[in-house]
Amino acid sequence: MSAGLPAVAGRRRNADRAARAGLLVLTLVALVPLVLIVFELLSKGLGAWSWTFFTTDPTGRFLGDPGGIRSAIIGSIVMVAIATAIAVPIGIGVALYLVEYGKSSRFADVVRYFVDVMTGVPSVVFGLFVYIVLVVSQIGGTFAGWKGSVALALLMLPVVTRSGEVVLNLVPDGLREAALALGAPRWRVVARIVLPTALPGLTTGSLLAVARAAGETAPLLFTVAFVNGLSLDPSARMNSLPLQIFNDVGQAQDRLVQRAWGAALTLVVLILLVTLLARFIQKRSRLA
Amino acid sequence: MTPPYTRPTTSPKDMTELETGGRDPERASVAERTDGAQARVIAPAKGRTIALRDLNAYYGDTHAVRGVSLDYAANQVTAMIGPSGCGKSTLVRCINRMHEEVPGARAEGQVTLDDIDIYGDGVDPTSVRRVVGMVFQKPNPFPTMSIFDNVAAGIRLSGTRGVDLRERVEWALACAGLWDEVRDRLGAPGVGLSGGQQQRLCIARTIAVEPEVILMDEPCSALDPIATLRIEDLIQDLKERYTIVIVTHNMQQAARVADTTAFMLNGELIEHAPTEKIFSQPADTRTEEYVTGKFG
Repeated sequence: MSAGLPAVAGRRRNADRAARAGLLVLTLVALVPLVLIVFELLSKGLGAWSWTFFTTDPTGRFLGDPGGIRSAIIGSIVMVAIATAIAVPIGIGVALYLVEYGKSSRFADVVRYFVDVMTGVPSVVFGLFVYIVLVVSQIGGTFAGWKGSVALALLMLPVVTRSGEVVLNLVPDGLREAALALGAPRWRVVARIVLPTALPGLTTGSLLAVARAAGETAPLLFTVAFVNGLSLDPSARMNSLPLQIFNDVGQAQDRLVQRAWGAALTLVVLILLVTLLARFIQKRSRLA
Repeated sequence: MTPPYTRPTTSPKDMTELETGGRDPERASVAERTDGAQARVIAPAKGRTIALRDLNAYYGDTHAVRGVSLDYAANQVTAMIGPSGCGKSTLVRCINRMHEEVPGARAEGQVTLDDIDIYGDGVDPTSVRRVVGMVFQKPNPFPTMSIFDNVAAGIRLSGTRGVDLRERVEWALACAGLWDEVRDRLGAPGVGLSGGQQQRLCIARTIAVEPEVILMDEPCSALDPIATLRIEDLIQDLKERYTIVIVTHNMQQAARVADTTAFMLNGELIEHAPTEKIFSQPADTRTEEYVTGKFG
């Protein structure tokens, strides 16, 4: 016993306990608003959910049936889909350039810097930018769904690029070398080895960008404007979940506010599904 | 001061020869092998002679290979030995022009395969790499591909057409001594094999594009002793058909597999001689100190 190693000193043990308790309290504090949001959403939003809530459009009438949120769900899906079709190919293209060709050149560093800056730009700025460039100039009419998609795409672009760069950097250089040593030209190495290896990660990054864009209100406010009816034509005004919420929540009637909660819950559930899909694909990735 | 060699010109004819290989395409089929374990799978063929003349390689300002001139005989195994950082890997990577893939790296001097200058004007590095295959230190099968696709990858990646993939893959796996172990699971992922099997898969992948030279950069350093012995046996078989250069940290390995051994130190070639001579009576005292374990 006397030759044994000394026991942990009491002071050190107490410091350890205090630090652990402190960190636990901080974590719980951080959880409080999150739990409150989810609780509020469920308690107020679930009551609004019904079959007709999802299958009818808002009527816009002050009296009688206010209608559901069908046009908002479909409008959001269409606009985010167009934004994804714009942002994902460009974003992955930029990431490929940075990782496979630009590497540490000065130009690549400048691009990286601007992508970082773009990540921090508030979404309202993208909305204003598209408003000035596409709406005020009346290119293809005034407010239109596709202009909202452009604003969302600008928002998604840095997210897709940054996550794409990280994932492409995870592809081991040994694989590129092995393919080059077999006599493959560089473009084939990228197309047949690098991209397939990185595909799950690229998909995950893109889905997270989709989840981010789906909830944005500000880029749509000045670019799409609000409309009640269902529209599948992106060259016209479209409804969307964030704008539906934005409009309803300011109304004096309780049932409209109730509809806002129902729409908010719908939006959160949709985003949750996209995020879960992203995590699922990430788990199956071979790069991990 | 006249150079001791004449610089051969790279004519379009030479380029074509590099592309097609210009050697007899005869291969023993796998069917022969299944008759009995003794049957030869690897049909003898002539590998290329490699000549390095005043080769210098740099990483930015670092001078990694300093004025090396060296001849590798066809169908022989040459081992490159020397302490870490002596430039032996870099030197070997100059032979298939992989060195220049590292950002900031460059090579000067002359490397010829038979009479073709692989650093000549207008020589496409990808055509060099089809003739000079390479096996890396760490087994690196493509993770998204099956065993079959891994072996076929070189043919597909280089855009070669008119190859019976099935037959070629079978032949390459047989040459690498892996066919019997994987014949029932060609569709399984290549990364599911053991380390030693993965390395033989990588050798099969290299062989499948029909090179004439195989460079091996410490191919056994990530493997256990039994897997190492299998690869060493394989190297003895492969030299019937290919010229082989093997970089190794392991002097016993050099003694076991190599016909000649070259000792490098600080980027310079100190001595190149038959393997027994390097290990029993080296001409240079630095070689003797290294092989007897005085440093390294």
